[in-house]
Amino acid sequence: MSPLREDLQIVADWVAPGQRVLDLGCGDGMLLRHLFDSRQATGYGLEIDPEGITQSIANGINVIESDLDQGLSDFEDDAFDQVILTQTIQAVQRPDALLQEMLRVGRTGIVTFPNFAYYRLRYHLAVRGRMPMSDALSYAWYETPNIHFCTIRDFEVLCDELGIHILERRVLSHDLKRPVLARVMPNLFGEVALYRICRA
Amino acid sequence: MNTPQSLPSDSVGYVEPASVHFDEALSLESGHTLSGYTLAYETYGTLNADRSNAVLVCHALSGDHHAAGYREGERKPGWWEACIGPGKPLDTNRFFVVCSNNIGGCHGSTGPTSINPTTGEAYGADFPMVTVRDWVKTQARLADHLGIETWAAVAGGSLGGMQALQWAIDLPERLAHAIVIAAAPRLSAQNIAFNEVARQAIRSDPAFHEGRYAAAGDQPATGLMLARMLGHITYLSEAAMGAKFGRERRGEPNDYGFHYDVEFEVESYLRHQGQSFVDRFDANTYLLMTKALDYFDPAAATGGDLAAALAGAKARFMVTSFTSDWRFPPSASREIVRALLDTNKPVSYAEIRADHGHDAFLMPVPRYRSVFTTYMQRVAAEVGA
Repeated sequence: MSPLREDLQIVADWVAPGQRVLDLGCGDGMLLRHLFDSRQATGYGLEIDPEGITQSIANGINVIESDLDQGLSDFEDDAFDQVILTQTIQAVQRPDALLQEMLRVGRTGIVTFPNFAYYRLRYHLAVRGRMPMSDALSYAWYETPNIHFCTIRDFEVLCDELGIHILERRVLSHDLKRPVLARVMPNLFGEVALYRICRA
Repeated sequence: MNTPQSLPSDSVGYVEPASVHFDEALSLESGHTLSGYTLAYETYGTLNADRSNAVLVCHALSGDHHAAGYREGERKPGWWEACIGPGKPLDTNRFFVVCSNNIGGCHGSTGPTSINPTTGEAYGADFPMVTVRDWVKTQARLADHLGIETWAAVAGGSLGGMQALQWAIDLPERLAHAIVIAAAPRLSAQNIAFNEVARQAIRSDPAFHEGRYAAAGDQPATGLMLARMLGHITYLSEAAMGAKFGRERRGEPNDYGFHYDVEFEVESYLRHQGQSFVDRFDANTYLLMTKALDYFDPAAATGGDLAAALAGAKARFMVTSFTSDWRFPPSASREIVRALLDTNKPVSYAEIRADHGHDAFLMPVPRYRSVFTTYMQRVAAEVGA
């Protein structure tokens, strides 16, 4: 088994053995494959990209072609132990509605996203006057599927407004390394934010 | 028409049908009993030593057991040539593929054109109605006959997909995977309406003779042709028809003919489809098959709760739909998926963008083939094929 990307490894560590998981935007299905194999987890991945769906099938996971913007109405309340949303929240039409849906179908949720207040992105905008691009945000402004950027602070304000409880937060700095400065000033030095959330 | 000089390398090549007779009586869902029956079938590929690589293919409304390859003297291959053969989704280098003609059919399995042993004449209108559950029973007996305890997969499109679903419900231990393509958990009112128009076209043809047309030396050719023409309209999308025919006409480009003969190309196509169907299909079989479709509703046994109907299923499911299919639209497939999700069944679902309408399941649509192939490669790996 090839090692997971650092951010996905943290997500995997948050999943307890035998849990039922729903991975929203599961991509090639590698995270779920890892969870099935190393955590004996069960569950489904949702994906909209045809290539991702085929790769997920090749990886032997249950993948359902779905548009997250249509909600999660295929799933009952409390159907999952964990609902996972990695690097996808910025690409949906209504992140607030999706967060609420996540915590309707799952007892707890895991959300990871690129922090738009990361200092390198601020530099792009403030000094160069250009829309930011980075490893975590590799699209030009006119072609990006990322339509709802947020910062660490924005996300926490939204959780507060939606009555979502933050169980745990982790922040990774550049190249998904473990944080040094980001521990002190996460919203400035954190490139990727990872949260474990539940209903308050 | 002759068989092509050289066959494509990804075809199973020349095939010959087989048949088996079962003396054991068969109780039908309708309450009738067939004292015995014959199943015509074809197989492709080789059954492995532990008999674990067999795939059952179920045919749709007008299909039969000739699913792939070429019959001697025929130009056209079997109906699922796009998906069965070396390197194709149902890869005959790895799988042993079996397809039988459903009872009630008219291509070798016992049906209205067969001789009724009690009268010594063709059954005709006396052939009892058959259901998807009845077909599953007969296919299971074929599996017994072939020494296949468990299918690696049962696969089908449209009415064939419904059979795969029914297999998973009725005989959960005997299949590892159910491949349900362009199907539905039940017909909509609109679907039944189309079937009813088709049936009325046949039954109101003066040559129908209350179904005893063979005894009268007649055939409801006009009615059957109309039924098929109507069906064809519903199997294609508006876009597919537009792309294929548009408003193309025969005759002078700028002058209408002001007559009722074939003028628009789409008229020519439909008439050709209708007429060639009359040559190869029996009207009573068409009536039976459409009723089997109308009656299919596995959730009826559980008060309309499809999830409950599927609760005992043990197969893993691959469900596929096509965006332009308005006969069995993606929403119908999603209903199946949702019922499986409700009881935590293993299921994957792909909604293929395709312009062909319902007929897309018969076509070599690249993404469809890719998804289907990828899924079946995993199945093959599981059974060591």
